Amino acid sequence: MTDSKYFTTTKKGEIFELKAELNSDKKEKKKEAVKKVIASMTVGKDVSALFPDVVNCMQTDNLELKKLVYLYLMNYAKSQPDMAIMAVNTFVKDCEDPNPLIRALAVRTMGCIRVDKITEYLCEPLRKCLKDEDPYVRKTAAVCVAKLHDINAQLVEDQGFLDTLKDLISDSNPMVVANAVAALSEIAESHPNSNLLDLNPQTINKLLTALNECTEWGQIFILDCLANYMPRDDRESQSICERVTPRLSHANSAVVLSAVKVLMKFMEMLPKDLDYYGTLLKKLAPPLVTLLSAEPELQYVALRNINLIVQKRPEILKHEMKVFFVKYNDPIYVKLEKLDIMIRLASQANIAQVLAELKEYATEVDVDFVRKAVRAIGRCAIKVEQSAERCVSTLLDLIQTKVNYVVQEAIVVIKDIFRKYPNKYESVIATLCENLDSLDEPEARAAMIWIVGEYAERIDNADELLESFLEGFHDESTQVQLQLLTAIVKLFLKKPTETQELVQQVLSLATQDSDNPDLRDRGYIYWRLLSTDPVAAKEVVLAEKPLISEETDLIEPTLLEELICHIGTLASVYHKPPSAFVEGSRGVQHKRIPARAGSGESAESSDVGQSGPSEAPPAVIPSQGDLLGDLLNLDLAPPTATVPSVQPSMQMGAMDLLGGGLDSLMGDDSDTLGGDIGGSPSMGAGLGAAPAAMPASLGAAPAVGGGLGDLFDLGGGVGMPTGSYVAPKTVWLLAMKGKGLEISGTFARRGGIIQMDLTLTNKAMSVMTDFAIQFNRNSFGLAPAGPLQVLTPLSPNQTIDVSLPLSTSGPVMKMEPLNNLQVAVKNNIDVFYFSCQYPLSLLFVEDGKMDRQVFLATWKDIPNENEAHFQIKDIHLNSDVASNKLQGSNIFTIAKRTVEGQDMLYQSVKLTNGIWVLAEMRIQTGNPNYTLSIRCRAPEVCQFVYLCYELVLKN
Amino acid sequence: MIHSLFLINNAGDLFLEKHWKSVISRSVCDYFFEAREKAVEPDNVPPVIRTPHHYLINIYREKIFFVSVIQTEVPPLFVIEFLHRVAETFQDYFGECSETTIKDNVVIVYELLEEMLDNGFPLATESNILKELIRPPTILRSMVNTITGSSNVGETLPTGQLSTIPWRRAGVKYTNNEAYFDVVEEIDAILDKSGTTVFAEIQGVIEACVKLSGMPDLSLSFMNPRLLDDVSFHPCVRYKRWESERVISFIPPDGNFQLMSYHISAQNLVAIPVYVKQNISFFETGSSGRMDITVGPKQTMGKTVECLVVTVHMPKVVLSANLNATQGTYNYDPVTKILVWDIGKLNPQKLPNLKGSLSLQSGAPKPEENPSLNIDLKIQQLAISGLKVNRLDMYGEKYKPFKGVKYVTKAGKFQVRT
Repeated sequence: MTDSKYFTTTKKGEIFELKAELNSDKKEKKKEAVKKVIASMTVGKDVSALFPDVVNCMQTDNLELKKLVYLYLMNYAKSQPDMAIMAVNTFVKDCEDPNPLIRALAVRTMGCIRVDKITEYLCEPLRKCLKDEDPYVRKTAAVCVAKLHDINAQLVEDQGFLDTLKDLISDSNPMVVANAVAALSEIAESHPNSNLLDLNPQTINKLLTALNECTEWGQIFILDCLANYMPRDDRESQSICERVTPRLSHANSAVVLSAVKVLMKFMEMLPKDLDYYGTLLKKLAPPLVTLLSAEPELQYVALRNINLIVQKRPEILKHEMKVFFVKYNDPIYVKLEKLDIMIRLASQANIAQVLAELKEYATEVDVDFVRKAVRAIGRCAIKVEQSAERCVSTLLDLIQTKVNYVVQEAIVVIKDIFRKYPNKYESVIATLCENLDSLDEPEARAAMIWIVGEYAERIDNADELLESFLEGFHDESTQVQLQLLTAIVKLFLKKPTETQELVQQVLSLATQDSDNPDLRDRGYIYWRLLSTDPVAAKEVVLAEKPLISEETDLIEPTLLEELICHIGTLASVYHKPPSAFVEGSRGVQHKRIPARAGSGESAESSDVGQSGPSEAPPAVIPSQGDLLGDLLNLDLAPPTATVPSVQPSMQMGAMDLLGGGLDSLMGDDSDTLGGDIGGSPSMGAGLGAAPAAMPASLGAAPAVGGGLGDLFDLGGGVGMPTGSYVAPKTVWLLAMKGKGLEISGTFARRGGIIQMDLTLTNKAMSVMTDFAIQFNRNSFGLAPAGPLQVLTPLSPNQTIDVSLPLSTSGPVMKMEPLNNLQVAVKNNIDVFYFSCQYPLSLLFVEDGKMDRQVFLATWKDIPNENEAHFQIKDIHLNSDVASNKLQGSNIFTIAKRTVEGQDMLYQSVKLTNGIWVLAEMRIQTGNPNYTLSIRCRAPEVCQFVYLCYELVLKN
Repeated sequence: MIHSLFLINNAGDLFLEKHWKSVISRSVCDYFFEAREKAVEPDNVPPVIRTPHHYLINIYREKIFFVSVIQTEVPPLFVIEFLHRVAETFQDYFGECSETTIKDNVVIVYELLEEMLDNGFPLATESNILKELIRPPTILRSMVNTITGSSNVGETLPTGQLSTIPWRRAGVKYTNNEAYFDVVEEIDAILDKSGTTVFAEIQGVIEACVKLSGMPDLSLSFMNPRLLDDVSFHPCVRYKRWESERVISFIPPDGNFQLMSYHISAQNLVAIPVYVKQNISFFETGSSGRMDITVGPKQTMGKTVECLVVTVHMPKVVLSANLNATQGTYNYDPVTKILVWDIGKLNPQKLPNLKGSLSLQSGAPKPEENPSLNIDLKIQQLAISGLKVNRLDMYGEKYKPFKGVKYVTKAGKFQVRT
């Protein structure tokens, strides 16, 4: 006697038969008929024709029958709205039933009938139920508000249900609180800017209390809601953490992960030296490990989140490597995630274990997994230097297996290892070359070609090898074609005598027979380089390569922070910001990790992060759509000069070939040239009016051509006529510390404007974008007066010069030393910090000439203790030249007196913050040592003023 | 929240759908079918699938895909946990969770789903409460129901849902009051070729079967609670008491439930009860291979190892196996390429051995991958971690209950690499 019989009735008169049964007088028969109807509905048959008959059965005392009818109503009311009205009366009546179960059921079902007309009738019963004496009814009604909101949002607001719902957060029953929170959270999603869930310490306390007593699902809602709260200080944050921690031992993994989210976010606020901080870190590991023993689907979500956590706080799981070891019967999606985390956790301490595991995986069945394992070995070699040798030998072992895809993956990663550790493992090249024929994937072929080109001088038959690839040039993918082109050019530069023919062949293949603009451009560039200046070509093509970064596919820090705030959500599974989800995130606001109390560092970093996107001004650069056009544009920068200077000494027979190519190129050029060139100077002139903007636009120009700009060294020397001395640039941020970004710079004062001249060099493998800059508070309130003008992405190996105007209206804090400036530079990769020191002359203002009388009075006024004496040695200038020189830096000579063969210069300087510095300089004819006495009300600046004197006079 | 649920069988037939909000066309499942096809094996279907307007979150249990549809940002773990709960509820109600039983009880299934979620928010997921609302089918009841026309839906308000202990219903009465606890430990391990432990950990659970009248308040203590540093409790357990005294104090749900689960990590030394000596090799020529497996006891704490089964996943090219087992029987399935050797009880005096030759597809090259061995075993009366229950006390009620604790150790994901 089972329900499956309902599935088998497919007779023609079925509906008719059911109709008769529904109208039967016998209760049992009626119920049986309703059951049949429901079953048909379940399997997707259309039984809507029976609507009136089923609704007739609604007036019954039998609870099961009532429920079944309700089920039916929910399904079909939409298609029969007029009929559904018939049911309203029964609902309203049921909402006043003495049995709370019936009341709750009625209000619940009414909310599910998605018919506009019904909603009007729903309001009154709902209002009553929200204030019902029975918590079961209240909690059901709370959800009903969310349902109603989904159907008619305006109605809910007009009727004031939202306020009632907010009141329910303070309900005495924890389940009611949980449901109210859940309903409000859902409603809030469609109201991005409403502060429906306005959390304050009182409501937080209520929520924390309810957290202990409500069901597991309620706990998830409450925890997710807590995660949106910003604690006022670290103590509040600690007390919330303490009360949330027990949730880590919950059997429901969703509760655990939501608790992890709250803790990860709030612990950011705790001072790191706090004992509790360490305890908390320790407590986080076991629950995360436990998640990995759950069902595979849960494991997958957990692993995606652990991937984030490991990037943010690697210390939590650093001892738990083994739990990520892959098991034979793990589903593939779990295996791949585990592998990722293993590499992230790999360190010198555990590398041996990891390698042994990876080698084991490389013999597994699943091809995707094996490939990733082989890649992982390469990543380990790059990450942990000590293991590189072992990794290489493991890879060689794998190549010996001759399993095709293993060999190909191995070659791809060995290429990276070569780049990371040059001149160390080249002995394996011979083995690699043996496998040349078996490579059929573009990436592997490209890698192999790169290796051959890079080490052409060590491979005897490099030309033969490359030639063999050249035969099917047009069938290769772009990746391989580009690599082949470069490799042959490298080969030519290394062994020019034997390979002229080859290089000519590849150049003509790339430039004449190819439709691919990238390939053609690269071909032309090489061509021209080779024909104009082989030495330069050598420098360019065989230049030292920038470092490759150790960690691949790290998530950008600002995104990571946002994702940490969204642990356990879809965003965390996809590792994309919630705003990337079109449908699901109408109202998601960007969440940030709170700043740690008492440390300016993280606060500043978030500032920098925020300034990035919003401050980027629209690009003034013409569109880069046509790559070829750009290339021509660039070529013309040093116009025609290059063409006649084609080196006659070129040994290659490519001359005739070249001539023709260039002629035709030139023809094309002259047409487009006028427009392009005409455009840019006028732009420059427009900007030139504001001198501050000029260097910036100059700096941006080379970036237009992407990686090509540096070839022609457009960006070199921002030669601004200036009176004051500008120190040469020094390196402030080493590429090693800046994940490939090198920053050097200096300061200058030009026409009363303070400028910070920066040179940014990308020594990493990937393109850098989204630059922004921020200063820490400093002694004289220096702050950027505008955004950092890096308008185009900085491609690898590219350098760009930028001038940043500074103002002195920023926040002030005394630094040690006084002229120290702490700078944070952000790009798409990370935020980097460095500090530099500026000459105080930067702050000497133009109106610093003091009146003589005032000078005398001030000099006397300043107490003698404030006078400092210095010696400036080895200056061979007479007093007039010295005084002129100093004036260029806004150190003004007020009076000169000659006493006993000594020139006495009285000078004044005014700083941007209004401090006056007075000086007396004694110059004795024939004595290269000057004596300097400085008086100032703020004696700490004297030392730095002296340094400025020295700098100016000596340069 | 959870919008809709589709049940799909292994053949790709959609046999049940339930919508908690507006109806979503079943065509949304096409995205799932696409992913299903790509994954080849049903186990490998990714749990979260993105479609232009929805997200499909699915689990695969008992050859059925539970595919849920969500439209807004919902914690995926919440959905997955809920789906597992649905599957467990079906199992609980119908004895097994299969397409046939679901179809047989479709009305109850519908009623259950209706009670479990309201507008996508979980409503009643505790089996105790559900059983009060909707009585599980029994042969007797369905007979009685057909005769008398009475229903299997409860008439009363589920009282438990309102109290602060929602997991227990009021007014429970038994003539025999009993409380039994099973400590079940599973060893997850990976052993390498030479038999060294690459990784081993223990997953333990304490299953309880408590049939006590009234509102008993129990506390369970261990001889060596220090072993447990990573635990997850049933909501009934008072966490504070555990933190301060290492005692599990709780008012139990009625009937069967899982009191706690624990995890003894790879960092502690985990005893491995058996060792496996194996040699599986394939010849370069001749399309054949050889295999020799011996299993012996290692750290069994003086107990007997039972129900010993060795499963070998052979490479695809292995056609048949011609072996000789000194104990037990073996069976090679040439379709799934799985060799199962059912040994039974392990006799330390005479170690079981399986030896012989394997034949491969003629002309096929030597297989690239190494087969992997999975071990299944059971040891009665032993918790391999050494965990021991000290005592169980009952407060709040006057009668004297029967009490009992059983221990058993099993192999979980116990894998030997070759």
